[in-house]
Amino acid sequence: MAQESSPRLNLMEGMPPLPDKGIYFDNNATTPVAEEVIQEMLPFLREHFGNPSSMHGFGARSGSAVATAREQIATLLGADQTSELVFTGGGSESDNLAIVGTLQAYPDRKHVVTTEVEHPAVLGLCRDLEKRRGYDVTYLKVDGQGRLDLDQVRDAVRDDTAIVSIMMANNETGVLFDSEAIGAIVKEKGVVYHIDAVQAAGKLPLDVRNSSCDLLSISGHKLHAPKGVGALYVRKGTKIRPLIVGGHQERGRRAGTENVAGIVGFGLACQLAGQNLTQEKVQVRALRDRLEEKLLAAIPDSQLNGDSEHRLPNTTNISYQYIEGEGILLLLDRAGVAASSGSACTSGNLEPSHVLRAMGIPFTQAHGSIRFSLSRYNTQDEVDYVTEVLPPIIERLRMITPFNALRATF
Amino acid sequence: MWNYSDKVLDHFMNPRNVGEVENPDGVGEVGSMACGDALRLSFRLDAAGRIAEAKFQTFGCGSAIASSSVLTEMIKGRTLEEAAVITNEDIAKELDGLPREKMHCSVMGREALEAAMIDYYQRLGRGVPCNLLKQDSILCNCFQVTKQVVKDAIMSHRLETIEDVTSYTKAGGGCTECHHDIQDLLRDCWDKIESGQAGQETGPGQLVQLSEMPAGPIYAAEDQEIVAKIEELFDQEISVALRNDGGDIELVRFRDNQVFVRLTGACAACRASQATIKGYVEAQLREFVNPDIAVIEVE
Repeated sequence: MAQESSPRLNLMEGMPPLPDKGIYFDNNATTPVAEEVIQEMLPFLREHFGNPSSMHGFGARSGSAVATAREQIATLLGADQTSELVFTGGGSESDNLAIVGTLQAYPDRKHVVTTEVEHPAVLGLCRDLEKRRGYDVTYLKVDGQGRLDLDQVRDAVRDDTAIVSIMMANNETGVLFDSEAIGAIVKEKGVVYHIDAVQAAGKLPLDVRNSSCDLLSISGHKLHAPKGVGALYVRKGTKIRPLIVGGHQERGRRAGTENVAGIVGFGLACQLAGQNLTQEKVQVRALRDRLEEKLLAAIPDSQLNGDSEHRLPNTTNISYQYIEGEGILLLLDRAGVAASSGSACTSGNLEPSHVLRAMGIPFTQAHGSIRFSLSRYNTQDEVDYVTEVLPPIIERLRMITPFNALRATF
Repeated sequence: MWNYSDKVLDHFMNPRNVGEVENPDGVGEVGSMACGDALRLSFRLDAAGRIAEAKFQTFGCGSAIASSSVLTEMIKGRTLEEAAVITNEDIAKELDGLPREKMHCSVMGREALEAAMIDYYQRLGRGVPCNLLKQDSILCNCFQVTKQVVKDAIMSHRLETIEDVTSYTKAGGGCTECHHDIQDLLRDCWDKIESGQAGQETGPGQLVQLSEMPAGPIYAAEDQEIVAKIEELFDQEISVALRNDGGDIELVRFRDNQVFVRLTGACAACRASQATIKGYVEAQLREFVNPDIAVIEVE
């Protein structure tokens, strides 16, 4: 009984022509692999396929490549010794190894301190520790800007605390915690301190040598290396039990034949990241600021989520009132732009909005939040294109919402 | 990325009948901004009693907008009696299907249609004819009691008369227009009770009072294994999914394959909670724990 005479809107009407290639502004989810990294890896998928543990030339070639990568990564982190690095299958494994490995090394300690805004790798593990494994977890709260109150850290650490695990940079908002101020308190209490630096690595300078951390997680695919490789920095002398046993690799701290090609790519990606830190700080930040300023100015009823000052240079998270994030993402995708949202409707494969909710952001505002996360491969033309297409997208979706009338009274 | 059909994308990108009908005959509003979904549907009838114009306003994801848009197309030209037979499955079908997680968008469409029809009759100062609401929840319009509530009351308390039903649920205590429907339900339920099928009853949704639950401990000792499985699925899958929507679920009791649960947070107030319970929680438990499980929401 459908009647095709019905009045219809065309949400994409009059949009500028599509860009030649997709605009990727979702680098906190994952990054494109750098071309140099791909080239560096290829021989280790072809002719240099040896097992680093083998006693022949094939093995030696792979073994020395892994050693080089370890040095490159140690340099980015500012680690004294390459033996302080344990290669893992990625950021989530690094986080799990840090926390579970520490708990197993200190079997009498049954308490963990973390925050409400951690990545699911830490948060999900902590909930599991509580529910299934008999541990007690304290989740520190954040304020409306996503900031942590240091006194809370002091109060939370107990005699039976095994580990304090707190992220350096938030993946959804980009808000930075003062990792060293936190660390000073934690170490005063003599407790193991883990930093989840997965989002910070490659975007901010790291210096574990002069840091108070005992453990620090990083991931390859967040800094233009492939997925499936990461590392945990374990300060010399830190007790930790392996998650994966059954081999001598990584000095017995992570069994299994090394992901040689992945590690080689990860190593070079870290070296490139180190060389590009200034660019990240200046150029990427300038692009992010331009994007953010233009969007906030052009779109009424939009608010920045999180502390604007202490933030990753590449991330901006803005809420658009009265509409829901999935619709924005679908239209942006049609316009050739990739972003992500804290809306519940998109949580099938994107970060949930637990971060915005922990900040006390009202549901109505969290539903319409969009995160853009840039990288050194983005350009000003791309930023300007996004600032051209997003305002009409928001305006048109607002024409559909029943809450448009609220705008007058807001 | 959700796997939306071309039709969903078309109705999202080119939504039909956006806005509000001027001088509407009926307006229905369901959902809330906090819940993440809200739909306002308005219609106007022509002289022949057919829906001449229908418009919508939606706050929600792409599939919510598409469901609303296609619904306005589906009801145009129909009488209210003809529109009333449209189910949420019909809406999903008209869109060439919706992802399982998005079926609640079609439920919201059906609910808005119902609310708009109820509004139409309320404007006229009349009760809604029961035949308009046959498939749905509302049985007694005077006290807004759903069919399922009445059914559950009959089954769990073995009610025998309309007066019994009224005293337990209020249904039928007003205009008495629904008395014949209550009588039908009583007959259906007693047929089931007498044929011994009462235990397998799993309607589209059940909501029971705390006091109506089986007494005793949360679960019996011999059920420890199955309850552990259920808890595990809650922890690993279901709670995680619901928390993404700002809600959560807890196991309240387990008896004879009946899983009594309580929804909390945003889910507790959500009108689509029955769809969550039956379409998602029960389906998961049946697939991974035991195919005979029935999930019942406790108030």
